[in-house]
Amino acid sequence: MLEIKDLRVKLEEEDKQILKGVNLSVPAGMVHAIMGPNGSGKSTLSYVLAGREGYEVTGGSATLDDTDLLDMAPEERAAAGLFLAFQYPVEIPGVGNMTFLRTAVNAQRKARGQDELTAAEFLKLIREKAKMLKIDADMLKRPVNVGFSGGEKKRNEILQMAMLEPKMCILDETDSGLDVDAMKLVSQGVNALRSPERSFLVITHYQRLLDHIKPDVVHIMADGRIVKTGGPELALEVEENGYADILSEVA
Amino acid sequence: MAAPVRNIPVPDLVAALPMPKSGAWADAAREAALERLISMGLPGRRDEYWRWTRPDSLTAVTPALAPILDMGAEQPVFTGLERLKYSFQDGVFTQAPAKLPEGLEITRLAEAGRVDLHWARDYYGVLEARAHDPVARPFAALNTAYATDGLLIRVTGQVTLPVSVIYCHEDPESDARLHHVIRLEPGASLTLLENGPGAARLNTVLEVDMADGASLHHVRAQGRDHGRQAITHIFARLGKESTFKSFTLTVNGRLTRNEAMLWFEGDDAVAHLAGAAMGDGAMGDFHHDDTVFVTHDAVNCESRQVFKKVLLNGATGVFQGKILVREGAQKTDGYQKSQALLLDGDSTFLAKPELEIYADDVACSHGSTSGGINEEALFYLRSRGVPAPIAQDLLVIAFLSDAIDEIEDPAMTEDIVSRLEAWLARRRD
Repeated sequence: MLEIKDLRVKLEEEDKQILKGVNLSVPAGMVHAIMGPNGSGKSTLSYVLAGREGYEVTGGSATLDDTDLLDMAPEERAAAGLFLAFQYPVEIPGVGNMTFLRTAVNAQRKARGQDELTAAEFLKLIREKAKMLKIDADMLKRPVNVGFSGGEKKRNEILQMAMLEPKMCILDETDSGLDVDAMKLVSQGVNALRSPERSFLVITHYQRLLDHIKPDVVHIMADGRIVKTGGPELALEVEENGYADILSEVA
Repeated sequence: MAAPVRNIPVPDLVAALPMPKSGAWADAAREAALERLISMGLPGRRDEYWRWTRPDSLTAVTPALAPILDMGAEQPVFTGLERLKYSFQDGVFTQAPAKLPEGLEITRLAEAGRVDLHWARDYYGVLEARAHDPVARPFAALNTAYATDGLLIRVTGQVTLPVSVIYCHEDPESDARLHHVIRLEPGASLTLLENGPGAARLNTVLEVDMADGASLHHVRAQGRDHGRQAITHIFARLGKESTFKSFTLTVNGRLTRNEAMLWFEGDDAVAHLAGAAMGDGAMGDFHHDDTVFVTHDAVNCESRQVFKKVLLNGATGVFQGKILVREGAQKTDGYQKSQALLLDGDSTFLAKPELEIYADDVACSHGSTSGGINEEALFYLRSRGVPAPIAQDLLVIAFLSDAIDEIEDPAMTEDIVSRLEAWLARRRD
């Protein structure tokens, strides 16, 4: 599904190399987790995959089902099936959540040559998905993420994911700013989307999210590289001993 | 009256204009207005009040050509609304409703001028005459003197059906002056709609005299003909506990200057003035000017100004807004916001917010900003699959929404937003 080979990325504004040769392969239907200390390049990886400006790819490749991601505009990557759940979802005053979602869903359908959803079809679909995430009608009517609590913002991200039905989902520290109940809710939302055709890349600092969203593979990232890969037990090791042990062992 | 800024003498411009003669009250009002006009002269380039908007095209004897815009299959704004339609084509009256509801009395200026005991004799040109202090507004005086027609509207009840003035433009060289007067009796209410370009060069005055407890809701969509020029004036006097809400949408237009002057004269009144303007210099010159003056001369009144402009490709936006709080106008709550979204580096926004306060227990503020599109928001929308041009348009409408939110009626809001969307979609294609 997602193939990243020797990906090297620097900041456009300054001469600072962030990713120094990332290799990662996430097969269809799998959940991979990336853990790592602050500044290891986890979020940069997610932004570069989603197509955010400000980064310069200096080497390597990233493909989604053999299509070159790095060559595409952000909206084309989305239409190709990539979704990034933001660590800090952006507030957009003046744009209603519903309008936003309907525009996004229909833009993707159009890009894929499908018929756009009618207002009625869209409403039916969003009500169904929102209910599962305990998102009420008021939240749907409000401007995108404006005045949402941390938990509401993350639930809104998962709602978008559920509506857009991407095949490759990247969750960037979705657990940050969540209390236990919100984390459960968000995890349920994610787990409901798990399928043999859909893959997940879960980026997190902490093991606790991985209690709810069980990964098949765990990677440790440090200083712009994947330094260790293992099973779910690797996350437990981090939880117990911190990153220092693993990093010194790798070094 | 303020000392005239030494300006261009008027004879050239007015020599070509026939002054409508009615043989009744209107003649005197027109003569008085002409005297005002002659004493103040027309604005020149060095007039401080016209520093950012060149008055040349308004003072020229003949208006510049304004070709008629082909609207294609698009219906004019407000088409779906039930309303009382009055139409003027290039300044000439063409249509009136057959019947008016209870509490509403409307006469055309061209007819009422001949009736000696018409109520409007106490109002026509009165607020305009006051509006030159402290700054002369020669085009308003010109309008009072030479307006060919307009509506004289007296409201005695709560009228729910909107009065809709439609300004058609068929002659690319037309020069039109229309003057409306609205008198709202105590507790009366009305919605006034205006739309269309009206002429190649249109000069309008709307005088609103609001008795205690009256309310007026005004929604205007100015014409989209690229070459058109418009100078409009709203003069409103607010009585005790009255409410005045006005929203103007401006899309396209070589020159638009919308002036508004409000006087709070009774306590506990509310006035909101809002404007959303959008211009793409690549489609034709675009210069848009909101010039507002609000005088608080009563206790506990609230005034809001919300003016938003979206500019690109060499478009220019101007905001001159002033709040004057007179001595004794305590508990005044005055706010003005003027913001521009500059979609490229070629456009210009010029803002002069002013507060002049002579009372000590007031809350007055202003916020004026200009900036580009929010890149974070743009990326967020694109990451969800929304193509960049559509994402940008969503953010443009979002930016204007503060002003659009001042429209009180949801159907009208929807109508205005769909106008904007259609314009944006047309630009994208």
